[in-house]
Amino acid sequence: MIAGVLQYEFLQNAFLTGIIIGIIAPLLGVFIVVRRLSLIADALSHVTLAGIAASLLLEKKVLGLSGLNPLYMGMAFSVAGSLFIEKLRAVYKHYQELAIPIILSGGIGLGAIFISLADGFNTDLFSYLFGSVSAVSRLDLWTILIISVFVIALVILLYKELFLLSFDEEHAKASGIAAKSVHFIFIIMVALVIAASMRIVGILLVSSLMTLPVAASIRIAKGFKQTIFLSMLFGEVSVLGGLTISYYIDLAPGGTIVIITILILIITILVKKISSMRPA
Amino acid sequence: MAEPIIEIRHVSYRYEKENVLEDINLTIHEGDFLGIVGPNGSGKSTLIKQILGLLKVQKGSIKLFGQEINRFKEWQKIGFVSQKANSFNTGFPATVFEVVSSGLTKKLGLFKFFGKAEHHKVLQAIDSVGLLEFAKRNIGELSGGQQQRVFIARALVSDPKLLILDEPTVGVDAKNVQSFYEMLEDLNKKFGITLLLVTHDIGTISDKVTHVACLNKNLHFHGNTAEFESLNISEMSEIYGHDVHVLTHNHDHHNHGGTVR
Ligand SMILES: Nc1ncnc2c1ncn2[C@@H]1O[C@H](COP(=O)(O)OP(=O)(O)OP(=O)(O)O)[C@@H](O)[C@H]1O
Ligand SMILES: [Mg+2]
Repeated sequence: MIAGVLQYEFLQNAFLTGIIIGIIAPLLGVFIVVRRLSLIADALSHVTLAGIAASLLLEKKVLGLSGLNPLYMGMAFSVAGSLFIEKLRAVYKHYQELAIPIILSGGIGLGAIFISLADGFNTDLFSYLFGSVSAVSRLDLWTILIISVFVIALVILLYKELFLLSFDEEHAKASGIAAKSVHFIFIIMVALVIAASMRIVGILLVSSLMTLPVAASIRIAKGFKQTIFLSMLFGEVSVLGGLTISYYIDLAPGGTIVIITILILIITILVKKISSMRPA
Repeated sequence: MAEPIIEIRHVSYRYEKENVLEDINLTIHEGDFLGIVGPNGSGKSTLIKQILGLLKVQKGSIKLFGQEINRFKEWQKIGFVSQKANSFNTGFPATVFEVVSSGLTKKLGLFKFFGKAEHHKVLQAIDSVGLLEFAKRNIGELSGGQQQRVFIARALVSDPKLLILDEPTVGVDAKNVQSFYEMLEDLNKKFGITLLLVTHDIGTISDKVTHVACLNKNLHFHGNTAEFESLNISEMSEIYGHDVHVLTHNHDHHNHGGTVR
């Protein structure tokens, strides 16, 4: 394994990307979960799929576009999708969750059209849906690294504001912080991280890497910072474990990663149960 | 005369069709402890939300600390405890310390980090509401009354000049309500914080507040406590639009509500 990573560039790319998204996906996931926006991640990942399908279609049908990196189009769609969600949430003030099925089905609908226009794709698409150990290019790795530096820096710089906005939106507004701008920056970061993560975990499972480690850490953590820390730890363990298993038994890493997050979740629930049964 | 802190002039507000506030004029001076009373739906929260900039002023004007509200920037001078504060997500994974810290967000400013001074300030605020031993607990693990005190601490941590509370005692039992109001009285008298308190509970607060305003779409009465107590029942009924039983000034709090034990 170690030898493999040292030897093959594609494995280096996959593992380094995995280490990065194992940190940033749960990091943003904490804010998503506590703000009860978990489904937004799902909606955006399906919009990302539409972007990838569009990119593959262009590559296939338009000459001279071979070598177009689907990651970029995926990101563009994801960011556009997040802006639409915000618009819809403003329109349906009292039914804000309606924005999610609208965008989600829009994403799948567009994706389906692009895929059938292209008369289907080869195995490429499977790797986008469930992740891949071999599909990450050096360029992907660099793109994802830049995004993650940007995301981590923003979360550190805006930590106070993000916390206040998450805990109590009304108070955030009343205290005069730029709540709208902070929320806007946040939702763009989420869109970028989703697009960045899909190479490894796959579109269908991106949202679980953002939410399941958080679901586990929320059970046992004291305080917000500890929740963030444990979520990143669980995310990292899942990604590295999942990638390793998938490399050895040749499985889609999305599947192995998510199953590990679920195992961690079950363990934390059991640990909590047992520790609360002990008389204090 | 003390400085005016809030000046409300000819403020009216409508949500869709119906006017909920009509031509409100109200001035709150430095050091006042104003209780705003009125029945459900009388527009109390609507007025508060406009003062806090959560709702736009539609008609009339509001000045805060002498500044037109749209030009007002020093929001850290105003602490706020919302009517909804006790309907927050109780599963939120944050400690009391973290929640109270969030009250410093605006005062500290963008891109600034917590230092020793802030840490100390937060502990002081938690101590002032008597919750020091709970500082490291998750907020969801506290009782409703304790949670309410956490929100007071969050409002106090930035040393506000003005504290606005919208029905802060919902869900707090009678015994704690009493000590809660005593704490407010202290803040007002000892620390000179100007207080604006929305409540249903005229009887309990009438010996704590310095001024009372009765709101029911219009402002029906605004004056100091002595004038308020001289209102008779029929005038009160007019304000409330129905019969009211006013618990007047009860000096003997220990007998209030009988002896439990
Ligand atoms: N978002 C809204 N949209 C439409 N109407 C509203 C809205 N909020 C409040 N109202 C209406 O405005 C009126 C005043 O509401 P407000 O919340 O200001 O009353 P309140 O005095 O705070 O009542 P309570 O004592 O129940 O808190 C009510 O009749 C209410 O139905
Ligand atoms: Mg109200």
